[in-house]
Parts: sequence; structure tokens; C-alpha cells
Amino acid sequence: MKALTFTLVAEPPERLDLSPLTPERLAGIERRDIEKIQIGTSKHGSKVGDIFRVAGNDPRDIVFEGGSARLDRVAEAMRGGSVRVVGNAGAQAGRAMRGGTLTIEGNAGPHAGSGMRGGRLEITGNAGDHLGAPLAGELAGMNGGVLIVRGKAGAFAADRMRRGLIAVLKGSGDNAGSRMIAGTLVVAGGTGEMPGYLMRRGSILLDRAPKSLSPSFVECGAPESVFAAVIDRHLIAEGILKRPLLGKAPQKFGGDNAVLGMGEVLFPR
Amino acid sequence: MPNVSVNGIVIDDTFAEAFGMRATAIIITAPNRKWARQAAITMTGFATSVIGCGCEAAIDVELPPSATPDGRPGCRVMIFAMGTDELQKQLLNRVGQCVLTSPGSACFAGLEGSAALKLGSALRYFGDGWQISKKIGGRHFWRVPVMDGEFLCEATTGLTKGAVGGGNFFVMAESSAKALVAAEAAVAAIGLVPGAIVPFPGGIARSGSKIGGKYKGMIASANEAYAPTLRGVVRSELGVDINAVLEIVIDGETNDAVAAAMKAGIKAVIELGPKRGAVRISAGNYGGKLGKFIYSLKDMLP
Repeated sequence: MKALTFTLVAEPPERLDLSPLTPERLAGIERRDIEKIQIGTSKHGSKVGDIFRVAGNDPRDIVFEGGSARLDRVAEAMRGGSVRVVGNAGAQAGRAMRGGTLTIEGNAGPHAGSGMRGGRLEITGNAGDHLGAPLAGELAGMNGGVLIVRGKAGAFAADRMRRGLIAVLKGSGDNAGSRMIAGTLVVAGGTGEMPGYLMRRGSILLDRAPKSLSPSFVECGAPESVFAAVIDRHLIAEGILKRPLLGKAPQKFGGDNAVLGMGEVLFPR
Repeated sequence: MPNVSVNGIVIDDTFAEAFGMRATAIIITAPNRKWARQAAITMTGFATSVIGCGCEAAIDVELPPSATPDGRPGCRVMIFAMGTDELQKQLLNRVGQCVLTSPGSACFAGLEGSAALKLGSALRYFGDGWQISKKIGGRHFWRVPVMDGEFLCEATTGLTKGAVGGGNFFVMAESSAKALVAAEAAVAAIGLVPGAIVPFPGGIARSGSKIGGKYKGMIASANEAYAPTLRGVVRSELGVDINAVLEIVIDGETNDAVAAAMKAGIKAVIELGPKRGAVRISAGNYGGKLGKFIYSLKDMLP
């Protein structure tokens, strides 16, 4: 079995909805039928065969060769197997994933990993705003799984996150971890304004002091923390970081006391 | 088969008889080795025998920082009981009173078993609402605020139904001093065997017992056949050269662990020789009808 490969022939003429092209939804479908799947979102009505050259036969292992910011909803709702994008992805990559691995070897647009519940999403480049965050009207953002951004993330990363782990390695925009319900957000490389704004519970782990915090965060000292040791070791073991992030006794700020106030922002002293 | 003699020590042609038990294990860590051991020793105190303690528990092995989940020194502690409910109760009481309270401690699962026992998922209520749940890499932890920071405790640990309790052998010597030297050598050797514990004080029992007794309500009583002071009075198992008998009781995670521990212990006694230590080794059994596991001494020789 060879990886089912979709090679981009030319820049798409419209935004594409790639949500039908997941391991589950392509299982048992012949290649000529795959080519007929409608993925266009406008009057162009593009089909898979118009945009991609399709090769290979293993739907558990899908590769998109050549990326574009117009490739939206890559691997949406995937439950298992692997999807790899060699290039950029558009909006909502890996949205509502429940399992499997999605790798984007490039940049991802807004709402990457939105509402993820499981699996592993790794973006080697940068991610847009609202990483892991809910769409308008949804109550919770990321709900499980692991989301790694090797580059930067935009604003509102981990908004309304409820469970799981998000790691951003080269800095995030403003309001990272805003309205978090629970879960863990790791940001190395600095955050923008007011991380943890209106967070209820959850942990925001930073590699340095945040440049600003909402005044409704309070200092909670820096006792020795076994949790810091366990998460540091986990991040290194998972290949997410190379060095410990927090150290033995990180500084803690608790908040956001404008809401429940049971969240924390931790960073090394 | 008659008794054999190895390195001048008589090995009785008999066997140890052991029983199926439920067991669990946890890893206790602390800022240094002293406090990891302290927490482990405290929680395994008064845990020599299920007859009166509810469980049998002891340190299995000490763990270097490289082998613990948080990179601090630790101990793997094993707890054995006859039933799951009692094991659960003992685990929570002991961790709650002795590990949660110990400075700088943390507690992790030490066994992947067929079922889960509650650990942090029950102790978290100590946090009175301030406890924090964390799932890290598929493992679930509770962080409970305490006066020196946080008590980190894994939510559950594993239960094994394949554990074995009551593996044993008797170290028999000319004097109590020599018996003690031999028994200590055996305990030291068993300490290196993973998955096996010796729950009695320092790993040694001097009051090996028989089942029942002449008084109503006694579950266990003096094993007069091995009591040297009764040698002339009762039908004794002891010859004129034996003036002290000490018993090593072994609980293991598996049948193999118990056998490995018996072998290691007997090897240590034999290597010590009859001049400094024991002159004879025997074992305790109930005729082979009660226990599921039989360890024949002749199979345990080095």
C-alpha cells in the first residue's frame, strides 16, 4: 500500500473544503470516485480531480503535496490514521479532530485545531489567530489532544480551551489562553498582551515573564512544584521542547479573578 | 527424596505454600532519598501480615532520579491484600495519612494492572475545591494544595490479581545471632529482586505461626514444632543443633517474582555457610492443599 497522495497541480481558483478527504471518509472509495468528490466552495464547483493529481491507495496515510492558504478544513473530524500537508494549509486545519496525526509542514490559517478532541496536530510553521479556539457560537475550544506550533501563533490561541495540550514555540499574539476553561497552554518565545484574559481554570506555562497581565491576576509565590518537573519532562520526552521550560520552582500568578480565578500563569523566575 | 546438603547446610525436602493475593504498587518521590524513604517507611508501617494489619506492604525497590516520573529520588512500594476492597481501603488510608502528609512528597502509579484502584481521584478531596486536575500524556494527575506547595498524585494506580503472598523459608541456626546474620543476608539479597517484598520487621519474622490454636478466636498461634524451647515437650521439627529459627515471608507481584526472591534469599544463606549463619533451611506449608502456589526448596537451590 502506498500513501494516498494529492499533488496540487496549480493554485486553486477558489477556497477549497478538504473535509471529505480524511482517512475515514475515503476508506473503501475507488480513486476515480475520489477524483469526483466536490471540494469547491463557490460557483467554480471544483472537484478533487480538477485540483489534485491523485496517486497511491492507502487512505490511512494521506499526503497533500504542495500547499496553499486556500486549502481549508484539512483533516476535519479525522479519527485515526495520518494526514500530512507538505506546504501551507488554510483555515480550520484539523478542526474537531478526534484521533490520528495531522502534520502541516508549513503555515496554517486561523482556527487550526479548533475544537480538537484528540490526536496530534503539528504545524512546523506559524499558525493564524484562534488556534484551537471555538468558532463563533461554540461554547468550548480545544477539548483534548496535542497541538504543536513550531513557529508563532496569532491572537487568541487556546481561547476557551477545555482539555489537552497546546504548545507554541516561537511566541504567540495577544490574549493567549483567553477564557480558558481548563487544559494546558505552553508558549515559548513570548506572549502578546494579557495572556490568560478571563481564564477560569487551566495552566499557561511560559518561558519568561509575560509583558503584561490583566490586573485581575495576583502573584502566588514560587513554591517548588512537582507538576513543573512532570510537565517539563513530558514536553522533552514528546520532542516538543529541548530544554526544561519551568524549572524547579516557577513563579505563579493566579487568575483571572475577574471570573473564577482558578487558572494559573507559570514561568521560570 | 532425602534432605540434601549444600555447602554444609541441610535443605529439607519440603516446600513453601503460597496463596493468590491482590496487589498494587505506587511510586513515592520526594526532594531527596531520605524523605522518599521516610514516606515509604511510614506508609508501610504496621503492614506485616494480613492477619492483623489488613494488608502486607513494604518498599520493593528504591528508584534513582532517572527512573521516577518527576526526576526526584523515589521508592516503589507494594501493597498486598486478600481482596480488592480491602486493598483499596488500605491504599487510600495509608497514602492519605502517610504520604500526603510527608514533606515534599508526590505519588505516582507503580503498576499497570488489569484494573484501576483510586489514588489521587479520592485523595483530591483534601483540596477542598482548590485541587487541580491535569492530564499529561494520557496520565491523569491531581494537584492538591498543601502547606509546602502542592501534593501531586496520580489519579489511579493498577491492580493485579496475579500476585502471590506467603512464599517463605526458614533459616535455622545454632544460635539466634547466627540465625539473624543469615536472615539479614537473605533479606538484603531479596531487596534486589524487583516485584517482591518481605513485609515483616526488617524482612524477618521470628514468630512464624500455625493456623488456629487452642483458644477460640485465634486465627494463628505459636508454631510449637519450630520453637526451640519446646523441643523436648512437643513433636518438634528441630534437631539438637538448632536453637533459633527465623522465617522470611515473601510477597510477589507474580509467581516468578516470589520464586526469584526465594532463590536469591536461599542462595545468600547458602553462600554465608553454616559456620557464620544457618545450618539448615526449611519452609512452611499446610500440606499443599490450601495454597495455589508451591515452591519446592530443591527447585530453589542455586
